[in-house]
Amino acid sequence: MSDPAASTDELVKGLWRDNPVFVQALGMCPVLAVSNTAVNALAMGLATTFVLCMSNVAVSLLRSFIPRQVRIATYILIIATFVTVVDYVIHAISLDLHRALGAFISLIVVNCLILGRAEAFASRNPVGLSLLDGLGNGLGFCLALFSLGAVREILGSGTLFDVSLFPAGFQGWVVMILPSGGFFTLAAWLLLFNWVRARRAGRLVAQEVPS
Amino acid sequence: MTAPSDAWPMYRAMVGVGVLCGALIVTVFLATRPTIERNEAEALRAAILEVLPGSDSSRSFAWSATDARFLESAPGSRERDLVYAGYDGAGALVGVAVEAGGMGYQDRIQLLYGYAATLERIVGMRVLQSRETPGLGDRIEKDPAFLANFSDLDVALAPDGETLAHDVEAVKNGQKTEPWQVDGITGATISSEAIATIIARSASVWLPRIRAHVAEFAAEEGGAR
Repeated sequence: MSDPAASTDELVKGLWRDNPVFVQALGMCPVLAVSNTAVNALAMGLATTFVLCMSNVAVSLLRSFIPRQVRIATYILIIATFVTVVDYVIHAISLDLHRALGAFISLIVVNCLILGRAEAFASRNPVGLSLLDGLGNGLGFCLALFSLGAVREILGSGTLFDVSLFPAGFQGWVVMILPSGGFFTLAAWLLLFNWVRARRAGRLVAQEVPS
Repeated sequence: MTAPSDAWPMYRAMVGVGVLCGALIVTVFLATRPTIERNEAEALRAAILEVLPGSDSSRSFAWSATDARFLESAPGSRERDLVYAGYDGAGALVGVAVEAGGMGYQDRIQLLYGYAATLERIVGMRVLQSRETPGLGDRIEKDPAFLANFSDLDVALAPDGETLAHDVEAVKNGQKTEPWQVDGITGATISSEAIATIIARSASVWLPRIRAHVAEFAAEEGGAR
């Protein structure tokens, strides 16, 4: 926590450089399943972010208390608890949203992104850094889900946040709302991400080799 | 083998974390339950008033098989076999909303329909719960042309008063010729048929009962709440 540059780095790395979806390709199940509308995608992203932050903080606080042999079981217990909390809170906030996300709220438990951050980061780092790591990765996950959800909702239903974007009579591209649309959109985003990265890497090489 | 002294930290960690997690879940459950129940009651109330156009209050009634009559139940109760009577501003009965459910294309569909007993018509329908295919089957919830089927659907009883004169049935889009037919949605044939079947099955049980006992819904003195 003492070094502000390191703290910022923990926050930013999950957002862009190590984006959980576009770079690490983690947590694909909710990414493909609930990104059919922008609202569902954002709600899922925020719920995951909350669980990720809380489980990172809890795991980090308890890291000297949990023996290595039972760490995975304990992490799952902690994650499942926060997922249940989120489930009740979403249910209290909106019945429609709870119905739309359905089983996928409970499935946050098995999102490998969360267990992955607990094991790889929070179990070895202090609370403050773990929180930032969780926040960064969670927001990166949100960003990815929202990119998919927005594209799929616009192309599939002609709306964004239920606001109609096209003149009446627009026929939605139904496949985009169906599961296969999730794969197409994800592929397109991955292509774009990798192209940008490759170009940037190429430019760095070009700078080092004087022409 | 692990000696007891090595096992102790494991028990301590797992049981300790388990107790803390349990306490947290119970706290959140107790804190959110009133809101969730209030929202659900509110959603049901809104649905009742929607499927009975012109109503602005409702009371719930339970069918008592032993007394063979409808008895008013406490507001907010979740007994089985409930129907909801809707009243207009003057306290007159508009109709009775009935909840029904059955299998759709993907999962169970739960819906509420409004029955205007004097007109012998279904005057409104709303899907309460469904997981039909997004973009195709889920149009049973929002498609205005499909929902228009249920703003005036003929469910007249046969002369004996025990069965429907004509079963509610779904037909292909654009082929509706009779007032008891439901004009289906192209691309959502199974979901459209499921809705018609759910209503037909529920109507054949409930409508003869409601029609025969319609006086019990209006009999309460003091009008509607």
